[in-house]
Amino acid sequence: MPALLEIKNLHAKVAGEGGREILKGVNLTVNAGEVHAVMGRNGCGKSTLFQVIAGRETYEVTDGSILYEGKDLLEMSSEERAREGVFLAFQNPVEIPGVSTDYFLKAAVNEVRKHRGEPELDAMAFLKLFKEKRELLEIDQSFTRRAVNEGFSGGEKKRNEVFQMAVMNPKLGLLDETDSGLDVDALKTVSKGINTLHQQDAHRALLVVTHQDRLLKSIVPDFVHVMIDGRIVESGGRELAAKVEERGYEAIAAGA
Amino acid sequence: MAQVLDNKMASHDYFARIAREVPAGAGAPAWVDRLRATARARFEKVGFPARRNEAWRFTDVSPIARTAYEPAPRVSTDVAGALLDRFTFRNDDAIEIVLVNGHFDANLSKIGRLPHGAKVMSLAQALATEPDLVEPHLARHAAVDKNPFVALNTGVVTDGAFVYLPAGTKVEQPIHIAALSVGGERPTASHPRVLIVAGDGASATIVETYAGDPTGAAAYFTNAVTEIVCGADCNIDHCRLQAESPAAHHISTMQVHLGRATNFVSHAVSTGAKLSRNDLNCLMNGEYAYATLNGLVLIGGQQHCDNHTLLHHEKANCPSHELYKHVLAGESSAVFKGQIFVQKDAQKTDSKQTSKTLLLSDDARMNSQPALEIYADDVKCTHGSTTGPADEDMVFYLRTRGVGLEAARHLLTYAFAADVTRRIKVDPFRIRVEDHMAAQFGLPQDLRITDVTSHDRKAM
Repeated sequence: MPALLEIKNLHAKVAGEGGREILKGVNLTVNAGEVHAVMGRNGCGKSTLFQVIAGRETYEVTDGSILYEGKDLLEMSSEERAREGVFLAFQNPVEIPGVSTDYFLKAAVNEVRKHRGEPELDAMAFLKLFKEKRELLEIDQSFTRRAVNEGFSGGEKKRNEVFQMAVMNPKLGLLDETDSGLDVDALKTVSKGINTLHQQDAHRALLVVTHQDRLLKSIVPDFVHVMIDGRIVESGGRELAAKVEERGYEAIAAGA
Repeated sequence: MAQVLDNKMASHDYFARIAREVPAGAGAPAWVDRLRATARARFEKVGFPARRNEAWRFTDVSPIARTAYEPAPRVSTDVAGALLDRFTFRNDDAIEIVLVNGHFDANLSKIGRLPHGAKVMSLAQALATEPDLVEPHLARHAAVDKNPFVALNTGVVTDGAFVYLPAGTKVEQPIHIAALSVGGERPTASHPRVLIVAGDGASATIVETYAGDPTGAAAYFTNAVTEIVCGADCNIDHCRLQAESPAAHHISTMQVHLGRATNFVSHAVSTGAKLSRNDLNCLMNGEYAYATLNGLVLIGGQQHCDNHTLLHHEKANCPSHELYKHVLAGESSAVFKGQIFVQKDAQKTDSKQTSKTLLLSDDARMNSQPALEIYADDVKCTHGSTTGPADEDMVFYLRTRGVGLEAARHLLTYAFAADVTRRIKVDPFRIRVEDHMAAQFGLPQDLRITDVTSHDRKAM
């Protein structure tokens, strides 16, 4: 059975003439059900890695490959990747005036179901699904009826991302600094939600990006990777996170 | 085929032809003849505006100037009725004045029960039976020397609609003035004239529709003038739809005067005509008057739409709020010139103007200019304008949830336009526009993708 996600020697730069190279040979393998943490300082390329996996066209892959369930992910459009079960929870979710989370999630879920040859869900089924997932993230109904992220605080935006992940039910969840900008209570709610989702579906893999280990105390990873300057320089078990906290990235880079 | 004539020659010829159709003194008082004469003299002096006239720099009206229009004739009820079906608000309670080619059609019109003293009738009838109510206001607000098309309209003023609301009158159901145009083989022109007079404390919803056959090829010309005069403490909600035939030309002036503490909200939607130009002038000459001007332009192909607005703050403590949005596809072009004029004594003016344009193609062009002239020193005037293609961050966000590229763009375009339509309180009007949008952008009908919540009601 092939790995869920297999990244080999991935090089990527900012698209366009003279674009800076950001990913300089990333290697990473993720199997179903695993939780991986990617840690690194600001600017090391961790968010870019996620954006490239999700298919952001502002980045250009110049070398290497990404296989998803044995298929060439780079050949798929962003929406195809989403329909295949890849979900990106954004670091800075955009606001979309005029389009409610409820509306577009319904469209999204039915696109995924269509792609899988499953029947579309009707209004009643959506009501039930959304209610269930909202309760999980302690989100009031009014939030998802409003325009996407409009007027939301940082914490509310992050909770909305995890809510959407709960609804979309992906095979691979990419959590990009889901913990940044959250206060203690918000972090508790979000990590509880993520953990519950993880327990509910043992097959789902999570890739979590963070540069602090606060989140990792709640969502305990199976594997930790340290990313420095566009490359993963060290990988290990959960103890690696403590080591990073203790020694710092400089020391890790120096090979300590 | 239309003859190509010299600018002034065409207008003189046109007046001569009209005079034959509507001889002086035919059911209209002498003062109306005087109004027409003054206006004609003015038009014959200045003619159609040329591009060197600053107000017309971005809109070339020579296709109108060069066409020898015939006055638009009366049309059979059958033909007009079919067109009306597309735009009617028909229900038991309806108040609907139907003009066809500028002529009042009694068969198609319907005036239900009105509150005591309120009057809704054709302008021709009002000139004949209610001159004392019409004379103080007709052509006293929309000046013939400011805009040649107003002079042209006033020069031939004959028919249209008249709405009179005595002080304290509240009309619950919308008053719909449907000005339909049915073209023929030769180019024709009509000059519908609307006058609305609201006494102190009056409240009403007025809807004006200017429309033609969406599949018709006739090159007709509609030159409309609407004057809305409000006393103090009025509440007027005004919706306007321009859905003329694709080869038609539409020029309009709407002149609005607001008394003390009057609340006026305008929703102006433009979807039709090859060339359209709307002047909306709003004079706030009473303290605490509140004007809200919302506009939506949805065009494509080779359409051109020019909106010139003027918010004239004459008195203190008046808020004004303006939001104009444009969706430009194909090779269409639009102009928005939002003038805000704040006089010296208009202290505590609070004015906010926003113009946003979504370009759906590389060939679409937008010309957006605010023009602020502020003479008072204690005011708040903000203005902003953005023009560009769909926001790529938003498109990407939707795609990462599985929504396809085209579907994401359509959804965002609809949402962009729905920001204006969601503010329309007249349901049949709003639904008509949103259905048009849904058809344009490949979305299902009756789409309500965001509800207006208390969060954004404040901003409205």
